[in-house]
Amino acid sequence: MDGFDPVLLARWQFAFTVSFHIVFPAFSIGLASYLAVLEALWLSTGRTTYLTLFNYWKKIFAVAFAMGVVSGLVMSYQFGTNWSVFSDKAGPIIGPLMGYEVLTAFFLEAGFLGVMLFGLNKVGKGLHFVATLMVAIGTFISAFWILSANSWMQTPVGYTINAAGQFVPADWWAIIFNPSFPYRLVHMVIAAYLTTALVVGAVGAWHLLRDKMNDGAGVMFSMAMWMLAIVAPIQILAGDLHGLNTLEHQPAKIAAMEGHFETRAGAPLILFGWPDMEAEKTLYEIAIPSLGSLILTHEWNGVVRGLKEWPKEDRPNALIVFWSFRIMVGLGFLMFGLGLWSLWGRMRRRLYDTKALHAAALLMGPTGFVAVLAGWVTTEAGRQPYTVYGLLRTADSAAPIAAQAVAASLIAFVVVYFFVFGAGVFYLLRLMSKPPHEGEADSPSDAHLRSAGIVPAPALETVGELAIHPEGRR
Amino acid sequence: MILDLAFIWAAIIAFAVLAYVMMDGFDLGIGILFPFYKAEADRDRMMNSVAPVWDGNETWLVLGGGGLFAVFPLAYATIMPALYAPIVIMLLALVFRGVAFEFRWRTTRGKFLWDWAFASGSIVATFAQGIALGTIVQGIPIADRAYAGGWWTWLTPFSLFTGLALVVGYALLGATWLILKTDEKLQDRSYRFALVLGPVTLFLIGLVSLWTPFLEPLYMERWFSWPRMLYTIPVPLLVALAAYLLIKGILKREELTPFLASLALFILSFIGIGISFYPYIVPPTLTIWDAAAPQESLGFLLVGAVVLVPIILAYTAYAYWVFRGKVGSEGYH
Ligand code: HDD
Ligand code: HEM
Ligand code: HEM
Repeated sequence: MDGFDPVLLARWQFAFTVSFHIVFPAFSIGLASYLAVLEALWLSTGRTTYLTLFNYWKKIFAVAFAMGVVSGLVMSYQFGTNWSVFSDKAGPIIGPLMGYEVLTAFFLEAGFLGVMLFGLNKVGKGLHFVATLMVAIGTFISAFWILSANSWMQTPVGYTINAAGQFVPADWWAIIFNPSFPYRLVHMVIAAYLTTALVVGAVGAWHLLRDKMNDGAGVMFSMAMWMLAIVAPIQILAGDLHGLNTLEHQPAKIAAMEGHFETRAGAPLILFGWPDMEAEKTLYEIAIPSLGSLILTHEWNGVVRGLKEWPKEDRPNALIVFWSFRIMVGLGFLMFGLGLWSLWGRMRRRLYDTKALHAAALLMGPTGFVAVLAGWVTTEAGRQPYTVYGLLRTADSAAPIAAQAVAASLIAFVVVYFFVFGAGVFYLLRLMSKPPHEGEADSPSDAHLRSAGIVPAPALETVGELAIHPEGRR
Repeated sequence: MILDLAFIWAAIIAFAVLAYVMMDGFDLGIGILFPFYKAEADRDRMMNSVAPVWDGNETWLVLGGGGLFAVFPLAYATIMPALYAPIVIMLLALVFRGVAFEFRWRTTRGKFLWDWAFASGSIVATFAQGIALGTIVQGIPIADRAYAGGWWTWLTPFSLFTGLALVVGYALLGATWLILKTDEKLQDRSYRFALVLGPVTLFLIGLVSLWTPFLEPLYMERWFSWPRMLYTIPVPLLVALAAYLLIKGILKREELTPFLASLALFILSFIGIGISFYPYIVPPTLTIWDAAAPQESLGFLLVGAVVLVPIILAYTAYAYWVFRGKVGSEGYH
């Protein structure tokens, strides 16, 4: 592989920037809903712990959201700068989907974000809750449209092709609800909820480990563990259905994910191995006979197609997707395990003082992000060598840009992203390292500004603390 | 003039770009002015005056870009590669200034860093936007549905000049916004800045307007051929009126007029560019009809735009309304 192939560089650039981007939405889709739940609980029960938690996570949300916005802005221009031929050809279909995302989601989030972050004192509780809900709904709508666009690229339907080689929409309903979309939407939104629950659970666990009487930490830990226990098994089921859907529409991707080169009846389930694209077989495989057929076809002797059915130039890279898929699935089962453990702890009334459980939850904190990234690598690398599956090759999608330009911008993105988002992650961790009931006036500037009217996050704490103090802390 | 879907969409995209320039213009302008206001308390107030609305302002840029992708894909596919370096630089600069809004409050020791990121990000992003404008005005070479220039073609004296002009212009918007949103010393200072930035902006608008017709015979004809001139002559006249109101407003220390007059200058300049361009979207080759997406795409998104844009404008106005009045004046001292 030549390091100065502009298409390869453009792919790296896209993969790099979108991987950074997805981390933030995965977190903020879940966190926005969590904030709405916390505020609703506070409004309906009046219990101040919920308000404290709301304020605590709101600050974290604001930082994560800002990073999501700026990294997303980069994405929306990258289709044009690096993938201009794709833009010209697929723009008539992908463009309006993303246009609807801007009109229905981004404006909604952005319009109400300010009110949600700074406006409690200005608009009152009811309207403030509406603003929080709007932000949460906005993040969901955003996922809806962008996943529809992405799914259409995986399973394109409802189009015709015109003389200029452009995809022309023929049936919008079919395009939006293309065959893989419902599965991808469900799987991704659950992934966002799981990711957030794991982070919230880890933060709760961290503070419980240090002070198991901390009320806020206990509440968030418990809420997160409920989420995990209920949703992780659903995710496994959704993932299985998603896989069956992929088998129907992108069998080469499944063959790569499973490491199957040969087509056979009664195919084994390869647990581990090293798919070798050149040798066209999976080396060192550890396999369970016939289970592969059972899972994919629901029959012991079902026929499973292998990669050799496709010409070499039409195959995705099996080594990448085989392993990324296993990372995701492995983590999914670990999450399920953590959920079960928490149920067990709950039954024995030891949820708040089983140190090993807290330590495990802490360790599992980042795994949601890892699983999300692994899942996307499976999806996207498995779609190769096409951008629009079966119709438009990646190699024919790129912009006529010199390799040096792409390389220079790739380096710039890498440097800037590591610096900026590294700092952001540092601030996030620092916010999370403080327990939820104190440390609200965490920097002098906040304290100083508190009297100043419109102030970022800290302003709300004024209300929070006023409400907390009369009753004492717990 | 043909009133069809492509035309309507050209108008909507133009509106989105104008909305972006008007709204993000002043909040970028505040970043541009940041280095000139040294006191931390002033900077806090400046930042707070736009903190609740900046994300909404920037979303118009997403609509401009995303809208182009959706309804004029060929324009998007040729303009973006032509502007490769300026766009990438603009995006990176917007990353810096966008995160600064939050990061700045999360650190004491590192605050200077994000002050710097906010200021330089704003300046660089604006400069890149100005270059982008200049590049499109001077024309983009196209062959066979693709950009046919090199990756430095955008770099000309003209595009650098429009970059500079936009930095000054946004700074004027920022200064007049601060006049509106602040009081006492901070406001005094903003009046003084506006008094310098106003005339300089006018001078630069004048220079760009004189320079433009010489870039393209098409533009020359638009502005100076009879009887077309009858349609175009009101633009410079209105610019003169806005200039008068601006300077008078600043001198009389009115609070709202300078901001509105500055916005008017931007609207008029924008209309001026529209007059030069129409019906081209990527001069000198692609008209809006050449670049338009198929009718099915245009119609589908138009339904959404017609319903949603007014709703968006309504809740955006609501957000501005919630945060109306002087920033941080209650109990600030
Ligand atoms: C917390 C995150 C998470 C977890 C625990 C799982 N997944 Fe997943 N998976 C995703 C997050 C994700 C994702 C990031 O959301 C992807 C990428 C694109 C998509 O739609 O979802 C994805 C894609 C994805 C695909 C690729 C579909 C395609 O592109 O054709 C399959 C087959 C599965 N998943 C199956 C599973 C199975 C069987 C799991 C069982 C444990 C599982 N996933 C757990
Ligand atoms: C390549 C594809 C993508 C593009 C072009 C893109 C574009 C964008 C843009 C422009 C923004 C900023 C909006 C604003 O200004 O407020 C943004 C934010 C966001 N995006 Fe993406 N995005 C992509 C992928 C995704 C995916 C896959 C998801 C989720 C499944 C997603 C969910 C969100 C959400 C929820 C936000 C709000 C900000 C945040 O939550 O951090 N995006 N995106
Ligand atoms: C946000 C989560 C996403 C992640 C983590 C992700 C990841 C990736 C990766 C790893 C690649 C490189 C694949 C390869 O070259 O082997 C890629 C390519 C690409 N993806 Fe995604 N993707 C995401 C979402 C999207 C969405 C929502 C879209 C479109 C709406 C999209 C469109 C593309 C395109 C156009 C390419 C470049 C061409 C290509 O190499 O296939 N991606 N993405």
